Amino acid sequence: MTGEIVVPVVGLSALLPALVVVGAGGLVLLLDLLPPRASKAHLGTVALAGLVAALLVTVSRWGTDDRAFRDMVLLDNYALFFDVVICYAAALVVMLSMDYVGREGGESGEYYALVLFSTTGMLLLASAGDLIVVFLALELMSLSLYVLAGFFKTRLVSGEASMKYFLLGAFASSFLLYGIAMLYGATGSTNLDRIAGSPAARDGDPLYLVGLALLLVGFGFKISTVPFHMWAPDVYEGAPTSVTALIATGSKAAAFAALIRVLVVALRGLQPDWTALLWSLAVVTMTLGNLAALAQSNLKRMLAYSSIAHVGYMLVGLVAGGASGAGAVLFYLLAYTFTTIGAFGVLALCQRAGEEAVEVSEYAGLARRNPVLAATLALFLLSLIGIPPLAGFVAKFYLFGAAVRGGHVWLAVIAVLNSAVAAYYYLRVLVYMYMREPEAGGAGYVPSFAGGLALAIALIGVVALGVMPAPFADLAQGAVTPLLR
Amino acid sequence: MEHVTILMAFAFAAVVAGAMLVVPSLIAPRRLTPVKAQPFESGKDPIEITQGRLAVKFSTVAIFFILIDIELLFIWPWAMLYRKLGWFGFAEMLVFLGILMLGFLYIWQKGGLEWE
Repeated sequence: MTGEIVVPVVGLSALLPALVVVGAGGLVLLLDLLPPRASKAHLGTVALAGLVAALLVTVSRWGTDDRAFRDMVLLDNYALFFDVVICYAAALVVMLSMDYVGREGGESGEYYALVLFSTTGMLLLASAGDLIVVFLALELMSLSLYVLAGFFKTRLVSGEASMKYFLLGAFASSFLLYGIAMLYGATGSTNLDRIAGSPAARDGDPLYLVGLALLLVGFGFKISTVPFHMWAPDVYEGAPTSVTALIATGSKAAAFAALIRVLVVALRGLQPDWTALLWSLAVVTMTLGNLAALAQSNLKRMLAYSSIAHVGYMLVGLVAGGASGAGAVLFYLLAYTFTTIGAFGVLALCQRAGEEAVEVSEYAGLARRNPVLAATLALFLLSLIGIPPLAGFVAKFYLFGAAVRGGHVWLAVIAVLNSAVAAYYYLRVLVYMYMREPEAGGAGYVPSFAGGLALAIALIGVVALGVMPAPFADLAQGAVTPLLR
Repeated sequence: MEHVTILMAFAFAAVVAGAMLVVPSLIAPRRLTPVKAQPFESGKDPIEITQGRLAVKFSTVAIFFILIDIELLFIWPWAMLYRKLGWFGFAEMLVFLGILMLGFLYIWQKGGLEWE
């Protein structure tokens, strides 16, 4: 072998947010080996500091357009917007975990390290410019989450959640990888820009279509759209509540980030095809998610089905297309992240007789026992319904407005009808909290400073996004422009 | 045609071996006694392995194996091209080994090397 080796240009600046988080993860692992061995609470603080640092780095780099490793990693406004959402979600989850995980008997250094490693995967997923990076980042995120889902080792449901998530997740990953192979076979590249510019993209190569379908299956699993949603209720129910919050928000936001970038950049030649596919996926996902949620008595399962329905709404924005549709999805994800973390956060901070309180009936009369907590949960649920002036209303307004402007009036009608159906199961919880007699020994608040602070931040976010949405909506619109050049 | 004899030898071997398996199962008497059903037939009742129960820590062994195996996989081609890669290669390998050693240190301190 002769010839000079070309030393690649290492552009670490495009990786900076992910590097900060993975560095914090390594630090947590090292500190875990040092005393004090009895308590691991300080590791949560280190993890939180790392995430806040990553958040600051992200905000300070707003407006850059960094490309590194031959366009494999892109740090544009689009990636930075998602980085903010993901870092917020992870930071709130760490704050909620500080007392919750120790209380439920699963405290260890690995917990925070795994949260940080999965966050790294999410950040990379948001800035992936190549299908190989998409796959690697998705695996980094998912493998950490599989372990986290089974973190309560002595609980059967937790192990079941981990096992189901792992088996079905690995199955879905193979679909994704097969789709990537098909696209590579059709176009000769895994780079998103080069896939879009290849001749196969114009000629309608059947391999290209098969690749699109397989990719949609893989992503559909990660964001839990309906034919691929079976894992969600069991995993959400069995996993530690703080981990459930991370799976429902951070991992979903990251998978959406990659999905939108792949569809809008690499597969823009197939827009009519994937619009038709997503149209039907959106309808089934919304409808089935909401109908199944009606029958749940376990709050974690109810929120799982509700999060499936919310994915259906977000797909409406993707179908609407264009800058307004994609921008509306980004805004929706921001609002959804704050609201969902808040709702799961309240569950994480409630106990009944030393056990986690997850049944709706356990929340009967909560308003009389703890008016502040009941009002907090009520606000999060009202935002999930989409009641003004909360974040959920504005987000839905943008989303359905974009659908109507995009000419998908029927889709918007179905989505609005679904929102009306959904109001029933959210309001049922409110009825229990405010209008039922308190049960003896019902769910009660377990004091936690970090957890309470996290709830307060989420609540401020929900109200702020609802009262003055314009600046955030402009940010979301600005974030999608780099995609649509 | 010169290979026909070899084929015949194969066929003969297959018939003989097959017959050895099939014929006894057809004609041999079968009397199962409790002693025959036992795993040991050394004259002593089997109780347990003399060293006691042995825990083969599959997951730990697997993690160590992957750690060292991946290291070798990357170091081998790196060593072949070391002079061409120069300082860039040196720095990259230091980063790689650093991350690897972090994992090694972690599993070691967590008691992964203690065999019971």
